[in-house]
Amino acid sequence: MSDQIILRVATKIIVPTILLFALYVQFHGDFGPGGGFQAGVIAAAAFVLYALVFGLRRTHRVLPTWVVRTCASAGVLLYGGVGLATMIGGAEFLNYNVLAHDPEHGQHYGILLVELGVMITVFGVMVTIFYFFAARGREDL
Amino acid sequence: MRILGLYNYWIFIFLMMVGFYILISRRNLVKKILGLNIFQTSVFIFYISMGKITGGTPPILVEGSEEVIYSNPLPHVLILTAIVVGVSTTAVALALVVRIKEAYGTIEGDEISAMDNQIPF
Amino acid sequence: MSVLVDFALLAFLATTAIAVVRTTNLFAAVMLAGIYSLLTAGLFTVMDAVDVAFTEAAVGAGISTVLMLATLSFIGSKEESPQVRITEISAKVPDRRPLFPLFAVLVTGAILIWGTGDMPPFGDPADPIHHHVAPRYLEESGHEIGIPNVVTSVLASYRGFDTFGETTVVFTAAVGVMILLSAIRRKDRYGEERWGEEDVPNLFRGFVPNFWLGDDGRMRAPPSPQEPGEGGEGKAS
Repeated sequence: MSDQIILRVATKIIVPTILLFALYVQFHGDFGPGGGFQAGVIAAAAFVLYALVFGLRRTHRVLPTWVVRTCASAGVLLYGGVGLATMIGGAEFLNYNVLAHDPEHGQHYGILLVELGVMITVFGVMVTIFYFFAARGREDL
Repeated sequence: MRILGLYNYWIFIFLMMVGFYILISRRNLVKKILGLNIFQTSVFIFYISMGKITGGTPPILVEGSEEVIYSNPLPHVLILTAIVVGVSTTAVALALVVRIKEAYGTIEGDEISAMDNQIPF
Repeated sequence: MSVLVDFALLAFLATTAIAVVRTTNLFAAVMLAGIYSLLTAGLFTVMDAVDVAFTEAAVGAGISTVLMLATLSFIGSKEESPQVRITEISAKVPDRRPLFPLFAVLVTGAILIWGTGDMPPFGDPADPIHHHVAPRYLEESGHEIGIPNVVTSVLASYRGFDTFGETTVVFTAAVGVMILLSAIRRKDRYGEERWGEEDVPNLFRGFVPNFWLGDDGRMRAPPSPQEPGEGGEGKAS
């Protein structure tokens, strides 16, 4: 599809907007609809669109496979790490009250980190799955 | 209102049965996956509709008002994660379909079982 | 007003589902499934589940459709019915009775519809579901957690352990896809086609220490007591 000039130009405008929107959904999830799952999927959709229009080779250059693969595992580790941190702080697994002096602030930090972990994992997983499906059976990649 | 509630449930059951029908009557594996997805979605809609309160608002707290009725947030949480897990399992199923196509050269269930049962041809 | 929208969306959903059953073109079926997801997202919005609608619109109508289309690019988009498909294999397969699935579905559906007579009324605040833990979440999360979106509070804090499990499941699915799709059919050194090891280099790089890996990015085979040169399965090199 890389010879379609309208698609190319529109994609160049849309992709950063989608990424920005994903971050908005991520960090506004406390106040409105949104959160880690949605933000991760939307961010992945931006790269899927880029790959559909510009091809997988260029997308691999922008976002190498090892990066998304590391993302997929780093998010789960971050989530579990927050749980371990609360246990070190003396509370139950994933009881965020001990993360700050004020329990309510602790909850804020905990939810922020946990949602970030979810977003990173979902983003990494979705892009990884897409990469593997798109690269299947193509020796030139 | 009684009829409305039953209408909702009947449509969910209809959708579920459509998915079930695709699953057991079609032999194409991709079609079977689509049927499973429809089945799954009907369960999602069923859960969400259980949480709905007539005249309610989405469960996002409004500052300084006490009389707002919120719909039940619990089914939303369950289904939110279930959707993402659902697409992940669909991806695994599609990966299996790709491998089956490469190994057997077909994705029709009856042909695959015929090959497995070594019907001479 | 929302009742009308509810009615219309449910009718559209039923129509789309029937269309998915009837079409034999897999490409059309996949696109119809995308439409189905979008309609579901609309229905979720009407039923006050805005977070869920958001997810369904992004996942069901976006990523899921792309994955399905990527699969169709391998397997072709024609679903062949047993009557049309006259190959040597399928000619020898005894045809299943086409009426049996319909019968099973009708019986199951009738039983379920009979069961709806005992369901609590739709949208009634007195339903049992609204009197378990949900009131506590709605009343206490405002000052216990301190964020307005109750769904986020329950998802990430009250039921954080649950979400941890879901995240792990998603990660496991990615690992499964990687394992399934990284093996390729190749010719071994005797010229026979067989399923090889993972072809994508660096499958393990980043996950295991580098000195475990050979030059080609595969895991090093452990030193075996048998003498080499027997011609193992895939250990060419």
